[in-house]
Amino acid sequence: MSTKTATTTNNIAQARRTVQQLRIEASIERIKVSKASADLMLYCEEHAKKDPLLMGIPASENPFKDKKTCILL
Amino acid sequence: MDQTFLAIVFGPCDKCSKEKPLRPVTVKSEQRSYCSLCVEMMATEGLHENETLASLKSEAESLKGKLEEERKHDVELHQVAERVEALGQFVMKTRRTLKGHGNKVLCMDWCKDKRRIVSSSQDGKVIVWDSFTTNKEHAVTMPCTWVMACAYAPSGCAIACGGLDNKCSVYPLTFEKNENMAAKKKSVAMHTNYLSACSFTNSDMQILTASGDGTCALWDVESGQLLQSFHGHGADVLCLDLAPSETGNTFVSGGCDKKAMVWDMRSGQCVQSFETHDSDINSVRYYPSGDAFASGSDDATCRLYDLRADREVAIYSKESIIFGASSVDFSLSGRLLFAGYNDYTINVWDVLKGSRVSILFGHENRVSTLRVSPDGTAFCSGSWDHTLR
Repeated sequence: MSTKTATTTNNIAQARRTVQQLRIEASIERIKVSKASADLMLYCEEHAKKDPLLMGIPASENPFKDKKTCILL
Repeated sequence: MDQTFLAIVFGPCDKCSKEKPLRPVTVKSEQRSYCSLCVEMMATEGLHENETLASLKSEAESLKGKLEEERKHDVELHQVAERVEALGQFVMKTRRTLKGHGNKVLCMDWCKDKRRIVSSSQDGKVIVWDSFTTNKEHAVTMPCTWVMACAYAPSGCAIACGGLDNKCSVYPLTFEKNENMAAKKKSVAMHTNYLSACSFTNSDMQILTASGDGTCALWDVESGQLLQSFHGHGADVLCLDLAPSETGNTFVSGGCDKKAMVWDMRSGQCVQSFETHDSDINSVRYYPSGDAFASGSDDATCRLYDLRADREVAIYSKESIIFGASSVDFSLSGRLLFAGYNDYTINVWDVLKGSRVSILFGHENRVSTLRVSPDGTAFCSGSWDHTLR
């Protein structure tokens, strides 16, 4: 194969791959952003109460809060 | 015995039967292995009369245009979220500072027990900490510097790490008195460039890796065998994240080609790709429901992409933020997005409203890595200032 044919073959192969990939991506079913956003918001709402970083946790349950050391009098 | 396997397999070609370096190709959902000569020949063989390079290129352009059209003309997340209550003031304090690394901390991961952490640094050291007590439980020195990736196994019994050695190695963790971690090392993954990210899948048996060689790969830990490779990024892949288990076998990766790509782990196929960032994508993380993912980039923005809407739905940015975001993670409910930046700060974003709710100071150099703990009670950040908080 001459260099020119080899390069052309390479370019065509690459172009074919790109087109095939784009065809796959273009054919997927999309939903509207308004619906997708509503679902994200719903998820946040449902799980908000269980989110410690969002709600804060009482000091007694916080494993990272330093416990005061006992002083023996 | 150390078993390392090259990403390229050598063997008889499925078409011409000659012994050559093989490329895995998916034909009608079946995996075949062809030598590069046959791949090129088949590409031209299947050409129809009018399928020239020019016609393929114009089809590619029109498909890209069609994709752009479909993704435009719609509302943004923060507009839909206007009716959501705003968040109050946030006070987050550093509860622990983990000191012990001799150089820049590059990566960290939480153990499923919600208290242990593994971290890796530029000087080759990988340390396992107990975050409650700040004690170092295990330490190993890798034979290479810049250990850019580390991960905790789901069982908590092993860790994986790698970097400039182009490999991902697994170390079992034991509690023997005179533990010699380096002796039990198992080389699992082999790339042709640096390892940028790694993650165990749902079990200790498989590892997913991302590399500077532009590919991602799935490996079997026991045999070191390559199970699937993922080609498509045009440049170094810098990060990856696995979809939460309920949503199936996909993962997202981000790279220096500014693209975030979503892959099907079984077929190796890229199912969706997003290219809206203006620079390298340093970090990607799935939203807890698995329907979206966030990305952090050198273009100083973080963005949210919804997978079902197939487009970017939010940008988290401010004119005053000009340094790249290196690492992002969500709080348990997905309402907060924590992002570490190269300007030493951590910004906390309201995911739905798109506004910043808090800015955290404390690190004395770039924040390079950030993860929320498995139960959401805390998050840990690692920095070039040699510490973790």
